[in-house]
Amino acid sequence: MIDGYAGKCLEVNLSNGKIRETTFGDDILRDYVGGRGLAAKILWDRLGHKWEKVDPLEPENLLLFLTGPLTGYFPGGRICVSGKSPQSNGTVGSTLSGEFGVELRCAGYDGIIVTGQSEKPVYLFIKDSDIELRDAQHVWGKDGKHTVASLTKECRNLLRTRYPRFGEWKEPSMLYVGPAGENKVRTAIVGSKWAHAAGYGGYGAVMGSKRLKAVVVRGTGPLPEVADIGKVKRLINRVCADVYENELWRRWGTGSSGYEVGAKTSSEPVRNWQEEWHDEKSFGVDKFENRVWMKQYWGDFGCPTTCMKLSCVKDGKYKGAITDNPDYEMQAYLGPNLGIFTPEENVFLTSLLDDLGLCGIQTGNVMGFTAELYQRKILTCNDLDGLELEWGNTENFAALARKIAYREGIGHILAEGIYRAAVKIGKMKEKNLLPYAVQSKGVGIGAHGIRSGKDYPEIISYACSVQGGDHTSTAGLPLDGGGSELMEIFNDSGVYCNFNGFSVPRNTRFEFYTAVTGVKLTRKEWVRTKALKVLQLQRAMLLLGGPDLKWAPRKHDDNPPRFYEPLPSGPYKGKATVKQDVEDYKRRYYKAVGWDREGIPQRETLNRLGLQDVDKVLEKIR
Amino acid sequence: MKRKKEPIWIARELSRCSGCRKCEIACSLYHENRIWPTASRITVFMLVPGLEFPHFCVQCEDYPCVSSCPVNALSVSKETAAVLVNNKTCIGCGKCIDACPGRIPHMHPKEKRIVICDLCNGDPQCVKVCREGNWNVLKTVPRREMAYKLYARKPDEITRDLSIKVYGEIGEEYL
Repeated sequence: MIDGYAGKCLEVNLSNGKIRETTFGDDILRDYVGGRGLAAKILWDRLGHKWEKVDPLEPENLLLFLTGPLTGYFPGGRICVSGKSPQSNGTVGSTLSGEFGVELRCAGYDGIIVTGQSEKPVYLFIKDSDIELRDAQHVWGKDGKHTVASLTKECRNLLRTRYPRFGEWKEPSMLYVGPAGENKVRTAIVGSKWAHAAGYGGYGAVMGSKRLKAVVVRGTGPLPEVADIGKVKRLINRVCADVYENELWRRWGTGSSGYEVGAKTSSEPVRNWQEEWHDEKSFGVDKFENRVWMKQYWGDFGCPTTCMKLSCVKDGKYKGAITDNPDYEMQAYLGPNLGIFTPEENVFLTSLLDDLGLCGIQTGNVMGFTAELYQRKILTCNDLDGLELEWGNTENFAALARKIAYREGIGHILAEGIYRAAVKIGKMKEKNLLPYAVQSKGVGIGAHGIRSGKDYPEIISYACSVQGGDHTSTAGLPLDGGGSELMEIFNDSGVYCNFNGFSVPRNTRFEFYTAVTGVKLTRKEWVRTKALKVLQLQRAMLLLGGPDLKWAPRKHDDNPPRFYEPLPSGPYKGKATVKQDVEDYKRRYYKAVGWDREGIPQRETLNRLGLQDVDKVLEKIR
Repeated sequence: MKRKKEPIWIARELSRCSGCRKCEIACSLYHENRIWPTASRITVFMLVPGLEFPHFCVQCEDYPCVSSCPVNALSVSKETAAVLVNNKTCIGCGKCIDACPGRIPHMHPKEKRIVICDLCNGDPQCVKVCREGNWNVLKTVPRREMAYKLYARKPDEITRDLSIKVYGEIGEEYL
């Protein structure tokens, strides 16, 4: 067996309550690594032949929680959540930080495959090989923070009772859904530690559809053995030393971007991307630091950066709000994107969405869209169940978020996520509303615009990504460069936080992989074969689509219309994305990754990669 | 020339803890040559998110764990003042856990023996990584005549105190 793996996964069938172990051969692990790559492989093998018929919210979808060989070793442990996405009908490797991946590996498992659907709400409890599906009716309906509090207490008591001689039990780690996930809202998250989330993909809705409230795990073993522990130790130190040098990144985390990305690079969503520039010093990181941060450094397993900041509002109208940072994406999408520019209001909304189990990016996106329709008088107060959705009205945005989480009134439509909501409301109003929907393939675009050309995403980053609007997995050339989706696939398949890899050379991660697994891997090999395989699988499933939505690459491999409108303000006023440039770049990109002029993976490419079965299925859409 | 070892203590400022658990990683790498959090002699509790803190031996002045041991498996290091466990003698009865006012010792997850901080023979690895990263929760100081036992608190008790500091009355709800 390859080193660095626990060597087995758990497979839990919620329809009949059966739990068994599954293993993957060395060849599969060598090719697909773990996390996002392995998820694509599992989903293709099990559902690929009938992909377009699978409804992501029906029992036949799979819900995957996968670690990778680098989880716990590469500083900054994560866990990858995947399945068929209720947002894109493709697949997303949605990773989130926390202790879960490490605990799971210490319990002896590389991942969990959840199938079927439970009749009653349950949660999965794992203590090493002691595994049990437990009743979750008492926590069903509870918000994120109360779910964590309640299940932490319950499971520590369980550990105490079952293993009384151990001493004091440290809390187990937990993934859970809030009310939004339970109500199958397509912008629902899988959450952890109150404020962490796997948002892209909408897997909270999948978890809710399976009536799985939480997975709780406590593993007492060591992390799986590695090939060269001496080298792994040296590499951990090297990564950490690089991170420590970069003190400002650690000190302010992504919180500095709330002002900076608006004022400096002019690429922050402001009022549903009508602008991408603001110079509101009220939203500077110093205001967050001095007014709401309780902890300057807050992080997860093995992380040298600890980019998160613990925020709490202790007084006033928004008293009781607790969240991380909020990190830049939440700052932007639940701040300027809604016309909100004060730290306390931003922390309040972020905390509320954490509690409801909603993704701040996707929900902030769809709420911004709604507010623009209100601004343009396409939606009225009446359509919004009496809410006056003016920019900056925090209370009303909070009310709207609750409606979405509980699918009440207008919330029932908005709960379908940005693309589906735009189509549905468009039908109601007999207007094409897609020009106001800032999304790609059903996934709202992360809070980094492309119009100014000063931020990291490029003009095809979102248009050609196999994960749609996901700002952490952007498409670009060269294929082995920092802006390449293929390199991001490595982070999401090794399953660690890419934030700790920013300042280390790009080859270090492959050295790390070899030291852990004993399998030689170079950047070149990764980009030319393994990563390309994952990309083709994800692309194939994305294009096959689902029962309610399919994407035509010629039409949908594009930016949202808004990105072609000139920026109306700021230092880059007048700049817009040029359609012809996008078409040219797209053509070069298609060629580099082996897709035909229509954007469909070519037969030769698939054959070269040994994906003949994918080729056969793709005949349907050629 | 090697400096003569002197008894030390690890001073701690719990509310600064980021929850990164690098201390657990360093401890288990040093003692087990593996990353093995549950075998670590220092444990970062995070019973409530945001209220993380390291929990490890405080080397009480009167060492109640040592006197509670029915088989004399525990002793005090003359060099560092750490509690030393004789793994061969220890029967894993857990009496020292009950004797400890903070219930700090815990069982080794695979072997029938207790795990207690041994101060890494005078050069604590947890302190090193904590200071390297500038979190500075931990600091090695010379051991003087002080009421160290005061710091031996149970995890739930420490969590409650930190909650008051970090969240004020808001925290009550989640304890």
